[in-house]
Amino acid sequence: MAHHEPQVVVLPPDKEKIKKLWRVALILLLVTMVEFIIAFTMPHGAAKTSIFVLLTIVKAGYIVGEFMHLRYEVKVLFWAVLVPMIFIVWMLVAFVYEGTKIVTY
Amino acid sequence: MAHSTAAVTSSKSVWDGGTSPMGVSYGKLMMWFFLMSDAFTFSGLLITYGLVRSSNPAYIGPVKDFFFSTTHWPIPEKVYDAIPFVHGVELPLVFVGFMTFVLIMSSVTMVLAVEAGHRMDRAAVEKWMLWTIAGGLAFLSCQAWEWTHFIIGSGAGTSMAEVVNGQWVSHMVQGANLVENQYGPPAFADFFFFITGFHGFHVFSGVAFNWLIYYNASTGVYDRRGHYEMVEKVGLYWHFVDLVWVFVFTFFYLV
Repeated sequence: MAHHEPQVVVLPPDKEKIKKLWRVALILLLVTMVEFIIAFTMPHGAAKTSIFVLLTIVKAGYIVGEFMHLRYEVKVLFWAVLVPMIFIVWMLVAFVYEGTKIVTY
Repeated sequence: MAHSTAAVTSSKSVWDGGTSPMGVSYGKLMMWFFLMSDAFTFSGLLITYGLVRSSNPAYIGPVKDFFFSTTHWPIPEKVYDAIPFVHGVELPLVFVGFMTFVLIMSSVTMVLAVEAGHRMDRAAVEKWMLWTIAGGLAFLSCQAWEWTHFIIGSGAGTSMAEVVNGQWVSHMVQGANLVENQYGPPAFADFFFFITGFHGFHVFSGVAFNWLIYYNASTGVYDRRGHYEMVEKVGLYWHFVDLVWVFVFTFFYLV
């Protein structure tokens, strides 16, 4: 059986796009380093936890928005993925609050 | 993505058929929906961790005086303070920080493979897929060491009190497993094994998928197919694994 190798046209690298991807990587690494520094310089408490949660959401935004390309998808898809995450936030708040009402000892 | 607008009049909705209302292929859309269900599963695990943690007493006092006990939840930086080949030096969270770095970098190489796929550049796809696989294997190796260290334990162990036949007795606990844990309440070790284990299994299957993509790309399957969309689909999965680690890193190791 004779195979006909397809004629593949290879396009040159998109320098702008690749530069942008590396910039996102740099931001992710910098935010992780900031988290690392905060972990050892701030006293434990609500303020520290809030900063960590905020920085984590920033990182998640960059990963989902840029790496997973969701920011550039059709709005219907964007919201179809994001809106159900409300249930996770609800579950988190409810369970962590309920946890403080359980006595384990 | 450009859409054919030839037969669609302006009054027609995208939901009337003939077009993809969400602008992505069936496979990519289903990958997104699978990842959402996976996000709910991971959230279930992490939120249960939050529930049990908030129901246990927190350690009160200066961090330098911290001691391991079943009566309070451990401070993670006191548990994870070792790195391979270095003994007796406290380097809190350095190793997990390195693992985070490895996983973020492998996410970058994955997205570069996707970019190369858009250009039909087979050689570049192969190169970046191999780097991504290497990153995944490096992460798994780190996790294997981390688990081994956690299971074997450190120092002389911790004296833990428990009730046996109605009497309080104390005994030395070395290392951690599903029933006892030298670093604190047994639930802490249970969550460590379940959450990082479930995530590690995702990394493992991700490496397997990445390998499959690399194999298909290098044998010319996607060139014959005329597009590299499979790289994108598996890329979505791989970025999701990285995303989950970002949350595990924060909620298990930092908070």
